[in-house]
Amino acid sequence: MRIDAANTAWVLVSAALVMFMTPGLAFFYGGMVRAKNVLAMLAQNFFSLGLVSILWVALCFSLVFGGTGGLLGNLDLAWMRGLDTALPGYTGAAALTIPAPVFMSYQMMFAVITPALITGAVADRIRFSAWVWFLGLWLVFVYSPVARWVFSPEGWLFRRGALDFAGGTVVHINAGIAALAAVLVLGRRRGWPERAMPPHSLPLTLIGTGILWFGWFGFNAGSALGAGELAGRAFLNTHLAAAAALIGWLAVERLRTGHATTLGAASGAVAGLVAITPCAGFVGGMAPVYIGLIAGAVCYFAVSLKFRFGFDDALDVIGVHLVGGLVGSLLLGFFADQTVNAAARDGVFLGGGWGLFGEQVLAVAVTVVWSFVLTYAICRILDVALPGGIRASEDDEETGLDLSQHSEVAYAGDRA
Amino acid sequence: MKIVTAVVKPFKLEDVQSVLEGLGVHGMTVGEVRGFGRQRGHTEVYRGAEYEVDLVPKVRIEVIADDPDAERIAGAIVEAARTGKIGDGKVWVTAVESVYRVRTGEAGPDAL
Repeated sequence: MRIDAANTAWVLVSAALVMFMTPGLAFFYGGMVRAKNVLAMLAQNFFSLGLVSILWVALCFSLVFGGTGGLLGNLDLAWMRGLDTALPGYTGAAALTIPAPVFMSYQMMFAVITPALITGAVADRIRFSAWVWFLGLWLVFVYSPVARWVFSPEGWLFRRGALDFAGGTVVHINAGIAALAAVLVLGRRRGWPERAMPPHSLPLTLIGTGILWFGWFGFNAGSALGAGELAGRAFLNTHLAAAAALIGWLAVERLRTGHATTLGAASGAVAGLVAITPCAGFVGGMAPVYIGLIAGAVCYFAVSLKFRFGFDDALDVIGVHLVGGLVGSLLLGFFADQTVNAAARDGVFLGGGWGLFGEQVLAVAVTVVWSFVLTYAICRILDVALPGGIRASEDDEETGLDLSQHSEVAYAGDRA
Repeated sequence: MKIVTAVVKPFKLEDVQSVLEGLGVHGMTVGEVRGFGRQRGHTEVYRGAEYEVDLVPKVRIEVIADDPDAERIAGAIVEAARTGKIGDGKVWVTAVESVYRVRTGEAGPDAL
């Protein structure tokens, strides 16, 4: 195994950038909830940094990247073992040029933020202890298999030729459809949608958006696993998609409601970042701009679906992450460009036919079904198994999760 | 003695305060309050969903005054707080039976 110092340095920095996204997400969501629930949101996200990191090195890294099974890894790399040899599947042109512990750290940060995305859907009503159990079970039974299939070179969807540069399927579609399953079990917040539940601090949300955007360079450009031309392309594509989606969301919003809003700018940027995630290292030219514009406009309409169908996805995890992920993963079947990345194959617009699109549809469909069914089952089982179920009592929900779950309040004025 | 109570737009507080100081008023009490009158509330939009906000922020100013000064103070507040647009607020004058200064125990007009 040849270790390249520049590649190692970039992936180390990228791991730190992706780590920073989870606090960023916490503030992005935290600003959008009411003042009585902001600490609960921060606590759930930060707890993911705790529990998932330990589970990752103890077990899940091995389930995703150990052994040669197409459906699931083995225990060869569990408990920090086997990190001094080459990882299965990373051979030939795909050989890693970074040490295994660096790769493990980098992938750990993806595992941390993926379940954390779901906190936005279950906000304002999940019990903290239920979140703790959910987090661990979801990582083992949902994240690990899906990441194995799509990210590991040994995974069955990867081998078939499905493309996911940085986690459109594994991270965003996976968490987005899980969010739908979770809110169907959890039920609506008391008073929703009749009672207004507006954001308590949009400045906090915008700080979170800035941190996410910044961290996303590590998420996408780091997924090149090296410091070369591909990382540079992914970096530029990531930024352009965010920029275009911000404009796309605001344009539609301005036409429909008469105002361009701050929350719309933040939401559009995140939708673009989500959509470019699977595509970042596989597309070129103006493709990221087209993908971003489409994602911004489509996600604007998608966030109103919850009112039509009556599911209380509190902070629009489904509308932004599931739908944004679908937009990116499916558009990749059209825009993928082999001249950008030899590991890709050409999409429909590049003359590659419908083969890649078919693989993208299969990968998306398999992920949606697996994640929805398993997440629904985990939530139902926890609701029965845990004393008190998964949902906060009526009193605790009205009091707010900050005080009822954590014995704290965020702002001193709320103490009076 | 009287108490003059005014509920006005928050950004008019400084204008009202400086006018009252010009009239020789020695003290006032100010609180942040919410309410509605003919203005009703306003509409906020988050991700395309509209929320009606019924209660809008105002400041409530209270000034205790000797009988001859009360109407003059009320009139000065009305002038200072006026923008001419809906939602400018209200001013009213109420009788006060007795007043004490906590530090000295003085009572009546001496306590003002």
